[in-house]
Amino acid sequence: MPDVEEAAPPFRILPKLTDWNRDFWTGGARGELRFWRCQDCSFYIHPPQPICPTCLSKNMKTESVSGRATLATFSVNHQPWMPGPELPYIVAIIEIVEQPSVRLTTNLVNCAPHAARIEMPVRVTFERHADPDGDIYIPLFEPASGPGE
Amino acid sequence: MDENEIIERRACISGVGQSDIGRRLFRDPLELTLDGCLAAIEHAGLTTADIDGISTYPGPMGTPAGFSGAGAYDVMDALRLQCGWYGSGLETSGQLGSVINACLAVASGLANHVLCFRSVYEGSAQGEKGRAAVMPGGGGGGGGGFKASGFMEWNLPFAAPSAAIWIGMFAQRHFHNYGTTREQLAWIALNARRNAELNPKAIYRDPMSFDDYMAARMISSPFCLYDCDVPCDGATAVIVSRRDRAKDMKNRPLRVEAVGSRIDGRPSWDQFDDLSAMANRGAGKQLWERTEFKPADVQMAQLYDGFSFLTMSWLEALGLCGVGESGPFIDGGTRIARDGQLPLNTHGGQLSAGRLHGYGFLHEGATQMWGEAGDRQITTPPEVGVIGAGGGNTCGALLLVRE
Repeated sequence: MPDVEEAAPPFRILPKLTDWNRDFWTGGARGELRFWRCQDCSFYIHPPQPICPTCLSKNMKTESVSGRATLATFSVNHQPWMPGPELPYIVAIIEIVEQPSVRLTTNLVNCAPHAARIEMPVRVTFERHADPDGDIYIPLFEPASGPGE
Repeated sequence: MDENEIIERRACISGVGQSDIGRRLFRDPLELTLDGCLAAIEHAGLTTADIDGISTYPGPMGTPAGFSGAGAYDVMDALRLQCGWYGSGLETSGQLGSVINACLAVASGLANHVLCFRSVYEGSAQGEKGRAAVMPGGGGGGGGGFKASGFMEWNLPFAAPSAAIWIGMFAQRHFHNYGTTREQLAWIALNARRNAELNPKAIYRDPMSFDDYMAARMISSPFCLYDCDVPCDGATAVIVSRRDRAKDMKNRPLRVEAVGSRIDGRPSWDQFDDLSAMANRGAGKQLWERTEFKPADVQMAQLYDGFSFLTMSWLEALGLCGVGESGPFIDGGTRIARDGQLPLNTHGGQLSAGRLHGYGFLHEGATQMWGEAGDRQITTPPEVGVIGAGGGNTCGALLLVRE
């Protein structure tokens, strides 16, 4: 099961929770990365929407995936756009192994900027943020081979 | 109507205008907007009484600060325009989507002369704090209970609020797929600057060397400071007229030979199917499907450079070079120079002339085609030019032919 990072997290702008996104942003409490999935055609749907774009079924529920993914691209950000994150940090787009058309913009963590490689395998790790509306678990990704330098 | 008619050819560009342009002018945004609009109306040889349509991108928007200097109603009312058609909006084929809409309005007979404009005051709005001052949830220093929702839900929690990061990731994927390098990317910025040196309205006119570029501080890899456009204040306007009524107008009509408005993937930045391409892929294809002209006929290209890589992306999307070949195409800067095979961004682009947001490219393209570009004029004014603007999920293009 993926780890949950317990160190004091940096400031982040948190998402506003809704019935559509709650499982995605809180699934980390159980170590789970969850997406909506069509129960008729098995298509994973992201971002959440009220209908399957492939078969137009409304028969959907959230399911957990393995947390394994591929690094599709990244950018090492040096610019202080907002207070909080230590510079530089890596913004990445990952594709989940179950269905690569499902992508997440995320951060690549536990990886030195020079060690990031497009197409490298990555895995989810969660960063917990206490929030009055319910704790939020931000899904971040790290090299599947384990934390790098 | 002939069902095979390419209806945008009923439209032409008949005049262009611009307000004062500056890094931070601290002027009333509507006043700047009206200056630009009146300049275009006068340049077309018209009066406000002739204008019977209005179109703008994006329309009234309070945030991000400075992104929209005025809406269609503001200008319509200030000039007491009587309009047979009007519109604005953000969800369209890039900034030029508003011009494409105007072409369709005159083609359908709803208007004769449509005033199109784009007005920004991002320079003044950002002030000394720079772009961080206008980031959603940023600049406020601690969130203050702000929660991300909608489109921003999927990038703000990852400290990715800026298109510099999103487009940086597209560029990085292009580098990976095709071996593109920063040394090649540099030529978009260097070409822009050497053109801006000859543009009296450009923001940055001091010479920039290859070494200056390579030594600049990184913003979001592979982009350094000089890969990012410069926020500014200013308004640009163009007049779209019925071509069948344009013969006796002041300027030779620039026929809208074909437009490209298509989006052929998900209307998303990070969910688009090919992370080394963008919505301009569909717009470029559609444009060439609507004309007998070929990419080899293009004598000048004015292609959006909100970030340097976007220009490379446009070169490929419009077939001006092969997919994946924009790096070698621009390398060394000879081919894209004012006296090269394909003069590119001859006013200095948004990188050096200022982030007039799309319309600056159309203004420059028309100015070159009319031979009115002064010191930076392409020796033989181009008869066929292509304009492309936008990035990510919002892209549109125009092929113009001087009559």
